[in-house]
Amino acid sequence: MNKTREYIIERLLFLCAAITVFTTISIILVLLVEAVGFFQEVSIIDFLTDKEWTPLFADKHFGILPLVCGTLLTTFIAISVALPIGLTIAIYLSEYAPKSFRKIFKPLLEVLAAVPTVVYGFFALLVVSPFLQKFFPEISGFNSLSAGIVMGIMIIPFISSLSEDALYAVPKSLREAAYGMGSTRFQTAFKVTVPAASSGIVVSIILALSRAIGETMIVAIAAGQQPRLTLDPTVPIETITAYIVQVSMGDVPHGSLEYKTIFAAGITLFVFTFILNNISFYIKKKYQEKYD
Amino acid sequence: MTNATKNRLIDKTFLIFGILATLFGVVILCIFIGNIFADGISRLSFDFLESLPSRKPEKAGILTAWTGTLWILGLTTLVAFPLGVGAGIYLEEYAKKGWLSNILEINIANLAGVPSIIYGLLGLEIFVRIMGLGGSLLAGSFTLSLLILPIIIVSTREAIKAVPKSIKEAAFALGATKWQAIWSQILPASMGGILTGVILSISRAIGETAPLIVVGALAYVPFVAKSPMDEFTVLPIQIFNWVSRPQHGFIVNAAAAILILLSITFVMNGIAVYLRNRWQKKVKW
Amino acid sequence: MVMTTTDIKENNKASITEIDNLSKNIKIEARNIDVFYSEFKALKDINMNIYENSVTAFIGPSGCGKSTFLRCLNRMNDYIDGFKMKGEILIDNKKIYWKNVVVEELRKQVGMVFQKPNPFPKSIFDNVAYGIRIQGVKDKKFIEERVELSLKQVALWDEVKDNLKKGALALSGGQQQRLCIARTLAVEPSVILMDEPTSALDPISTAKIEELLFELKKQYTIVIVTHNMQQAARISDMTAFFYMGELIEYDSTKNIFTKPKQEKTQNYITGRFG
Repeated sequence: MNKTREYIIERLLFLCAAITVFTTISIILVLLVEAVGFFQEVSIIDFLTDKEWTPLFADKHFGILPLVCGTLLTTFIAISVALPIGLTIAIYLSEYAPKSFRKIFKPLLEVLAAVPTVVYGFFALLVVSPFLQKFFPEISGFNSLSAGIVMGIMIIPFISSLSEDALYAVPKSLREAAYGMGSTRFQTAFKVTVPAASSGIVVSIILALSRAIGETMIVAIAAGQQPRLTLDPTVPIETITAYIVQVSMGDVPHGSLEYKTIFAAGITLFVFTFILNNISFYIKKKYQEKYD
Repeated sequence: MTNATKNRLIDKTFLIFGILATLFGVVILCIFIGNIFADGISRLSFDFLESLPSRKPEKAGILTAWTGTLWILGLTTLVAFPLGVGAGIYLEEYAKKGWLSNILEINIANLAGVPSIIYGLLGLEIFVRIMGLGGSLLAGSFTLSLLILPIIIVSTREAIKAVPKSIKEAAFALGATKWQAIWSQILPASMGGILTGVILSISRAIGETAPLIVVGALAYVPFVAKSPMDEFTVLPIQIFNWVSRPQHGFIVNAAAAILILLSITFVMNGIAVYLRNRWQKKVKW
Repeated sequence: MVMTTTDIKENNKASITEIDNLSKNIKIEARNIDVFYSEFKALKDINMNIYENSVTAFIGPSGCGKSTFLRCLNRMNDYIDGFKMKGEILIDNKKIYWKNVVVEELRKQVGMVFQKPNPFPKSIFDNVAYGIRIQGVKDKKFIEERVELSLKQVALWDEVKDNLKKGALALSGGQQQRLCIARTLAVEPSVILMDEPTSALDPISTAKIEELLFELKKQYTIVIVTHNMQQAARISDMTAFFYMGELIEYDSTKNIFTKPKQEKTQNYITGRFG
């Protein structure tokens, strides 16, 4: 009797774990099925090479490049902000700051990641953009620069916390060897500790990139709804994620080609983040600090 | 200047950059919040909390939004908590080490990195269309539950790992079955860590906007949801909706609503951090 | 003098006629035990009879297999990946490695105390009551009486009776170990296995526990693994010397320590190795 109870409980718990497999399979199936339906009506060559994305207009183009470009542009700006700041913070906290300082500020910085992104979007549109316009009046109300900067601020903790963990894991003995030879903290940090922790730092950057690519609300609010193949950060653009939101807010009938475009966009997004995430896992596993 | 002096100078300069960089994030956050506070504080009132949305900004309130958020909070916790903790227990205590458990682990790590809007697409097809739930609270909370499941699973596993194996051994030596040992010893000992993870992930869930938009949470909901099958809206979506309007009055409303949302988020995170500290103090093996 | 394997086997089913006051009943019987951890053979052909109401000590250098053998007796090795056992172990003449055996029942018969005291992070009372409660016993009075009895048996009652709700982790190391013994006694086993129970304790706590064992053996059969030869000589009736997975010699403690029959035994107890 006891044995049956134990068996049932184990099976129930297994079902809980199996839901994760169900989720993955469902994501892949849903995206694939709808995307396949999409590609039956739109040639994949067009999808990958057309320079315009106008599925909701009369003159329909289905080139994904403008959306990808918008995503990459905002991501690039975000990383340009987050990487130097995040890495500097990580090195400072790990190599310079007293323990008490680190204990207070590390969690404080993680608050940045806990703020709902819609709040960041508000800030990007209503504070950062007008602020930038004071100095560069030709910047339009919706642009990728404000969104990118704010997104960068949001992902600072991804780089700072994870890199700091990687630096922290480097054994003291390596640093002491450098100090013993008369190196300054700066020299030790950049010549010894950072290279030793490089795999962990790279992983943190990749994860931050992945997060930025998948970000929706900041760009949906502040970057615009005009898909454009451009590198100009002052004009409105549209990201893959913002497009999906745009269509979802509207009245697009289920099963129509326009409906399927959100899945075509979705599968593109999924492929990007999937590749990035797995590269980071691979690096993490392969170069796991062998210091234990 | 000698080499040593130059190096010292570089060292000191970096120190300053370091402090500035660290303060930068925190200071910017304070500016953000201060700004929003200034914009929105005037609008906060019981009236605001109790009013339905309206086309006139002075009349519009967040009643449907915050009740929707509460619904989502409750339903998502109800679904994700047992599923996530159960999966975590299975993976940590029952699954045999080998290729299967490796795949499950990698799978969960992947799921944690999938953008939340993709979960929205998933929810749209499976819960809204195939299961016929429509743009209801159920569809929304199921979708969010799948989103936060990986986080709960990982934090459950970490909390269980922190319990010394000697406790389990002692329980077995006294004749406990596997589940008895887990239920009576391991779970109570790890509950602090588990709760921390659950609260943090629920806090993340109620700040989510994109997946719920895709699933069909409406922007204009002039009624309070009364059952899990009702249509709904939540605070972040209401904020999104108001931010997109040109009238200044709506900006003020958005700012006020943000203050409410941030308060909820910070309170929940605060509770989680408090729990984590208390639990780590207790675990003085 | 060269001994054949048969001679050794015969010797190891030790003659008990020399030991006063020792029950002639065989409580535990081990026949031809081989233990494998995956490919590694940890125990080779162990044959041993353990007598009721005796204290049997297992001695030997680190890694010789004495703890492994001990853990076979209550099937704690079942949880180790790659564990395989050949041979038979009988307790009260019944096979314990058999598919119809409910292992949880076995463990109520055969209790275990570990090297590092491992009380549950609960109150003293809840620790001792745990074993009874998981059997489904709900009678409050019964549980209270059993807890009191067990704590008295380990001479801990007077020290803790005023505050049974106190957390067990607040006790000293020696007290915690006595608590763990009380916890084991509360389920009324007939055999108590002890895996180096005093190696993590100070000399005074160790002495207290050794005193305890003298009392306990009147009621229970005790098997104790110890690194400390003096301890084995002090408290045990029978001693088994293990080396590299083999049972080299098993005899009354007096014989092992005064006139061992095997050279290896002689070398170990005189400190030539180990």
